[in-house]
Amino acid sequence: MTTTYKPLNRDQMAWRAAQDLQEGAYVNLGIGMPTRAASYVPDGREVIFHSENGILGLGPKPEPGTEDENLIDAGKNYTTLIKGGVFMHHADAFLMIRGKHLDVSLLGAFEVSEAGDLANWTTEDPSFPPGVGGAMDLAVGAKEIRVIMDHTDKNGKPRILNKCRLPLTAPGCVKRIYTNLAVIDVTAQGLFVREMVEGMTLEKLQELTEPKLQLANDWRALTPPAMAA
Amino acid sequence: MIDKRVAGPAEAVAGVKDGATVLVAGFGTVGIADDLLEALHEQGATNLTIVHNNAGNGDVGLARLINSGRVAKVICSYPRSGDYSAFLNAYRNKTLELELVPQGIISERMHAHAAGLGGFFSPVTAHTKLAEGKETREIDGVLHVFEKPLKGDVALLRAMKADRWGNLIYNQSARNFNPIMAMAADLSIVQVDEMVELGSMDPEAVVTPSIFIDRILVVGATS
Repeated sequence: MTTTYKPLNRDQMAWRAAQDLQEGAYVNLGIGMPTRAASYVPDGREVIFHSENGILGLGPKPEPGTEDENLIDAGKNYTTLIKGGVFMHHADAFLMIRGKHLDVSLLGAFEVSEAGDLANWTTEDPSFPPGVGGAMDLAVGAKEIRVIMDHTDKNGKPRILNKCRLPLTAPGCVKRIYTNLAVIDVTAQGLFVREMVEGMTLEKLQELTEPKLQLANDWRALTPPAMAA
Repeated sequence: MIDKRVAGPAEAVAGVKDGATVLVAGFGTVGIADDLLEALHEQGATNLTIVHNNAGNGDVGLARLINSGRVAKVICSYPRSGDYSAFLNAYRNKTLELELVPQGIISERMHAHAAGLGGFFSPVTAHTKLAEGKETREIDGVLHVFEKPLKGDVALLRAMKADRWGNLIYNQSARNFNPIMAMAADLSIVQVDEMVELGSMDPEAVVTPSIFIDRILVVGATS
């Protein structure tokens, strides 16, 4: 028997992560794919986004021609401030990050382990200097750390591993993983599959994942709306 | 009468010594004292340690100091930002040293110095490579890493408005590291877009109180 399934594209992954951001939540979005989640918060929910460079109340991208050179996000792209948004200096921005004031930090990752260890700051490429930015602060500080990443690397090898091979950003911090194939919770009892894309089986997903997966009793199909890739 | 304004860029950076630790505010290209960095290039101090979030962009400001061989060490969180070719060349040629520090730890280490504290324990970097060789302590069951205070000899700052005492307000996300670095250096020099009358800023809105500022260079909103 062959299994046929269609992985989510990047916007669909961001959409799925955004559905879990609750009314009133204060949320930091990592650079890259997590940033896209801001566009997919369900209508009517007020979620407040934080940026490490000193913004609480980050808004959408500015309309072309209205960019302000003094208003950028953590990825150094032009951004906007929503009504009620404020600025703060770096030490307070990171106090919010480190001091468990943020409800959710949604991060990108290279690898996540069975124990929720996170590796997302260096691939140890010797030809380039390392950079850590705010990754280690973000990984220890928020009330809940969630990760959004492709299920496998570009060679099809698992990125959810028994133990991370790359240097750790922080141990035991990840609680939920959104991949292009599944939504997986990291628990003290192991990894639980909450959702899988249509056509996926636990057996096939297990082949693409190093540690043992368990299927949650109330698991569901992962069915995002159609979106251009 | 107190008036911290200086006559020009040369006066603003006069006296910066070889081997100085220079705190350079800014994030990406926002909130950086470009004119003060150019003035420091003209001034000539060398063997500098630079504290900055990134590591210079293009061939201006900090990148120009690096290209001129004036920087011995960079303490930063993320050198790979924008056109960081000046840093990359020096790093590959091993003509400068990199101390990589998480972004929130850089700012808190400066905050600790400003507050007269001898450092702090933080859970950030615990169990990672960046904690190697550092003192650790378990606090309430969580491993913490000791971080030393970080002091600047000089801070190069950028603000939107100042009065003659040096009370400052900033422009949106250009605030970033500026208020922290202003507090953490022996000599804090600010480049401002605009001077306003003493007493005209809302006291509830002033971000950096004048006690932290030593010199003001008025350049106008040039960039």
